[in-house]
Amino acid sequence: MVTASSGREGKGPRTPKIAPILSHTVLIAISIVALYPIYYMVITAFKNRKEYLSSQFLPPLHPTLQNLREALSRGDLLQWMFNSVVVTAVSVLVATAAAVLAAYALARMQFPGRDTILSGIVSLMVVPPVVLLVPLFLLMVQVRLINTLPSVIIVYVGLTIPLSVYLLTNFFRALPYEIEEAARMDGCSSLGVLWRIVLPLSAPALLTSIVVNALWVWNELLIALVFLQSNERRTLVAGLTLFQGQYQVNESLVMTGALIATIPMLLLYLFGARFFIRGLVAGAGK
Amino acid sequence: MTRAHTSQKATVAQGRGGERPKRSRLRNAPWTPYLYLLPAAVFIVLVFVYPLIEIVRTSLQAPAATGGTTFGFTNYKFMLTDPAFRQAVLHNMILLLSVPIMTALALLFSLLLWEQVRGWKWYRAFIFTPYILAIPVVGITFIYLYSADGIVNTALKASGLGFLTQDWLGNPKSVLPSIMSVIIYRELGFGTVLFLARMMSIPTDMLDAAKTEGANWFQVHRYVTIPQLRSVIEFFVIVEVITMFSWVFAYVYTMTKGGPGFSSIILEFYIWQNAFEFQSPGIASAVAVVLMVAVSGLIFLHLRVRRAQSGDGE
Repeated sequence: MVTASSGREGKGPRTPKIAPILSHTVLIAISIVALYPIYYMVITAFKNRKEYLSSQFLPPLHPTLQNLREALSRGDLLQWMFNSVVVTAVSVLVATAAAVLAAYALARMQFPGRDTILSGIVSLMVVPPVVLLVPLFLLMVQVRLINTLPSVIIVYVGLTIPLSVYLLTNFFRALPYEIEEAARMDGCSSLGVLWRIVLPLSAPALLTSIVVNALWVWNELLIALVFLQSNERRTLVAGLTLFQGQYQVNESLVMTGALIATIPMLLLYLFGARFFIRGLVAGAGK
Repeated sequence: MTRAHTSQKATVAQGRGGERPKRSRLRNAPWTPYLYLLPAAVFIVLVFVYPLIEIVRTSLQAPAATGGTTFGFTNYKFMLTDPAFRQAVLHNMILLLSVPIMTALALLFSLLLWEQVRGWKWYRAFIFTPYILAIPVVGITFIYLYSADGIVNTALKASGLGFLTQDWLGNPKSVLPSIMSVIIYRELGFGTVLFLARMMSIPTDMLDAAKTEGANWFQVHRYVTIPQLRSVIEFFVIVEVITMFSWVFAYVYTMTKGGPGFSSIILEFYIWQNAFEFQSPGIASAVAVVLMVAVSGLIFLHLRVRRAQSGDGE
């Protein structure tokens, strides 16, 4: 079961290794389990009813675009998609901007209460969103924002700020101070330094924060479900959940919707995988 | 990670100690930093501070028999006598069982990936994929996988375990373990990638020494690798414990709506249901206060333990 790694020095750690055949077996098995639901989603989305009933497990012999056409011809799915794009883009943009400013002050300026403010913001990461739900709902009703996209955008910005501030503060602190210093000597304002010097150097941290937050906002259910109640205001993920209840017996149509909701995030992941993983790992540095 | 942090602090300290930084800082007006913090502060006050104060107030308000409202612990008393609340607490506790399971599995998979067998980057990408799927998408898909003629039952029949087939999400006995499996399915990728990233930065000399002394696979990892991963494992465990209390709503909502009966109700669902289905914001707020206190208590405990540990040389 265990073999010496004599022939494979330099690859991986120099520890005793499991026989490759065994590792491959375990890793293939877990990969199949991990990918099966996605496989099921894809094959089901391209099957007609008859073929789905004859086999749930094999790829379609006669792939059909009929489900895709049907899903897209329902106006609300496109509307939900549009809402999700708007909500995600605006929330992430506003949260990142606010977090950049706050993180710059926390990383580079000295003022009374700085460390307390930072640890206060960071500790908000653990507040369960459901705890905030009732007061936020009543507040949005009072200011007549309930059932509008700005209501969820405001909440998402608030909920994503703590992690963004944490990531960006750590990153800004690690930047060399000398360049900023020189710019200040040349009469650049602190905002100018942030804009012209710090931000261009911070692309990796900004992307990490953007990718992690975009995934979170796009995938969020609870707040979207409670705050956006009329059909044409729903986000894709919330709409899909109700869609499933309505069309439970039309597996192909539901899986087409699920696939449509997944593809943008799959693309974001493929494009930003390393930023995303960096973000997760950075979180562990707390 | 600890080392990276120290070096960051060192950079800051240098900047602070030097002559020039001090002078430049004098150019900022004393209120400048607060101006930078203002936009974030507005959102934080609105989304966190105000609601956290409000839930305490709302939780103490109950409709009086005579009309109007009374102040007191009525909501808390109701909560403690409500069987649905007790079930919800119990179910959240049961969900905690998934934390050791997924930690052990994530460790196993990350150790296998670390050995960098051919194609390990592909395996890593595959294992991580479920984590980027939206929870509702995962939940909806698993409804079909768990259905009477879905893959789970079909696979059981095909392997001669036909007697185990059942309505996984419809049977009060199997519903919670079924939801738990879906949670493990999605969170496993996070743990695996996290652990692997840390393993890649373990210094190799100790591993070499252990190997030279003839330690086998199990011993090397048990006594050398895993102790080096302590802080990242601890981080994962605390994140997942919080997840089990405060981020499982979407699984339950999409798959079972807390049913059948109360057999998969959890605290978040209980709060949501009381607030928006039963129109009792007072009860929802009381439970929210309890949940908030419980989560803060866990974090506090964690920080205490960490501080105690960092005393003995981390």
